[in-house]
Amino acid sequence: MSITYLEAIREAQAKLLRDDERVFIYGQDVGGTFGGAFKATKGLAKEFPGRVLNAPISEDAIVGTAIGAAMQGMRPIVEMQFADFSSIALNQILNQAGTHYWRTNMPIPITVRLPSGGTKGSGPFHSQSMESIYAHYPGLIVMTPATVEDAYTMLIEAVAIDDPVIYCEHKYLYYHLKADKLPEKGLPTGRARIAREGRDLTIVSYSAMMQESLAAAEELERDGFEIEVVDLRTVKPLDTDTVLASVARTGRLLCVGESFPWGGATAEVIARVTSQGFHLLDAAPQRLNAKDTPIPYHPNLWSTHRPNAKNVAAKARQLLRE
Amino acid sequence: MLQTAQRTAKSKTKKAASAPSHKTGADKAAPPHDRFLEAFRWMLLTRTLEEKLVSLYRGGLITGGVYIGKGQEAVSVACGLFLQKGDIFAPLIRDQAGRSAFGEPLLDVTRTYLGSRLGPMRGRDGNIHRGHPRNNELAMVSHLGAMISVTVGTLMAKRLKGDKNFVGLACIGEGGMQTGSFHEGMNLAAVEQVPLVVVATNNHYAYSTPNDREFACRDLVDRAIGYGFEGYSLDGTDLGACLDVIGSAVKRVRAGRPPQLVVASVLRLSGHGEHDDASYVPEEVKRQPFARDCLKVAEQTIVDLNLVDAETLGKWRKDAIAQVEEAIAAAQQEPAPEGDKEDWCALSNRGLADQPESPE
Repeated sequence: MSITYLEAIREAQAKLLRDDERVFIYGQDVGGTFGGAFKATKGLAKEFPGRVLNAPISEDAIVGTAIGAAMQGMRPIVEMQFADFSSIALNQILNQAGTHYWRTNMPIPITVRLPSGGTKGSGPFHSQSMESIYAHYPGLIVMTPATVEDAYTMLIEAVAIDDPVIYCEHKYLYYHLKADKLPEKGLPTGRARIAREGRDLTIVSYSAMMQESLAAAEELERDGFEIEVVDLRTVKPLDTDTVLASVARTGRLLCVGESFPWGGATAEVIARVTSQGFHLLDAAPQRLNAKDTPIPYHPNLWSTHRPNAKNVAAKARQLLRE
Repeated sequence: MLQTAQRTAKSKTKKAASAPSHKTGADKAAPPHDRFLEAFRWMLLTRTLEEKLVSLYRGGLITGGVYIGKGQEAVSVACGLFLQKGDIFAPLIRDQAGRSAFGEPLLDVTRTYLGSRLGPMRGRDGNIHRGHPRNNELAMVSHLGAMISVTVGTLMAKRLKGDKNFVGLACIGEGGMQTGSFHEGMNLAAVEQVPLVVVATNNHYAYSTPNDREFACRDLVDRAIGYGFEGYSLDGTDLGACLDVIGSAVKRVRAGRPPQLVVASVLRLSGHGEHDDASYVPEEVKRQPFARDCLKVAEQTIVDLNLVDAETLGKWRKDAIAQVEEAIAAAQQEPAPEGDKEDWCALSNRGLADQPESPE
């Protein structure tokens, strides 16, 4: 048996709907016989009548509705058709869901699924990675699963958490990533994972960039370098301890993320390592992000715009020489 | 059919909007609505409270701002009065009367304005940005229109859970009606056919911007048809009409009719907040029929119809003052929050809080 990252997300939702009557799914095209733009909810409307509901193109109101339902004890899962369109719902997510517990002492247990990141030919408005925007604001948990197993267990965990969770699922991984079976349980939320052990350099990454980083590490292995890859799993909370422990072993740090370069998750990791573990570093820490332009349509441009195994390896080589 | 409903309501409103009848010499006439006097007392309490809050603000005892509902109490009280246990109320900036009628204790108000650590917002949020979501009084955010879809969500949840006999009422102004969020929320309410009443109070100014720079449609109530709501217009200075029109709208959604939009016309008889002297409101606007003070109009009706005697009115006024003074005195004695003792965690799962700094 082989399960894709996308199927894991569907399976997690099926399990959640089966096990917890408070769960319902709300979003554009998720219901009926269609089952979502990417088929992440395929068949669920039929299996769970009245609980997988199509919504109009109203991102703000979709999230607002989920927030209201959460106040009444439900556990809504919102599917944004693309992460990019969650910009329309920023107000509800940041100002309503993110502030509510702090202001009123009542948490808002919603899960917002963001089909994130680039795929060939998707262009500026269907390719964005929004994790750094959401991580910047208080009151939200931001998950960025990089494996099939995490895609499954972290989504189940997201719905169980009483606070709002932004679940960034990567579209490039939907079909590219496969596992033999789904696990019962994953690592606790907020714990990073050593995806590959090494002693020469630490690459900290998450989501699809973690896979690119693993590929880069394999390439570098052929040249005799042992690269450690840390998969953050959640960018907020950020597991600084696991990162610091890795840097303590390797002395060198490269952070790789797909979001735009100004600020963001990679900058945050470097800020924490330099302020808390400056003495551990043998060279200035580096980072690699997408370019500071909108995301291009043409595959030739797109593959250069985002970090990939090749330029991650090149950047790592440069850092290893220092 | 919606068009018919709207027209009917308008003709009804015209009748309701006419000046209160002056039955001099009548001993005991029936009030314009069976909850008229009860509603009047909430309005009186609100006016008394808000006048006191204004004087505290002017005296430098309230930080941040004071936002009052002067001139809108009749509409607001009707919004809170007909809701029952289990119903959802999403009040907005100028809805003190509705909040009180819905059951918000005065102490919540004074604690929030005066920054008591014991209030519902604990000094973390202030003035009108307060609520008791566990008691179904939603805590508004400043981003106008955003509470409509949240209210829709509460009602959808109740339906999914199998609850019966519940309605929601959300307040908005003509300013908030121009946001995208409002539009999405209204459309969704109708698509989901939730039992929602939206009461829009056109107080003729969005902060300083008059109606002609806010919208260009003939009448805001016409939008009801476009959304799939039933629409009703209302003279918001006439308490009897407010109770009649809003009470009926609540009754209709409870009975399974489509969502209802009530558009009330009033003049904001204050600035946007107390920092604003509203000098931009021309004198001729203040002479318009919609500029009447709803509290004075209601009191005149009481006197004209001899609904209660002067002594009782005086007693009600004294009682309102006593309640307000008690709530303010209590809040003033309470501890303020302290920065170095605050629990700086925005998550209910403390174990999931991010730790940007190294532990000391």
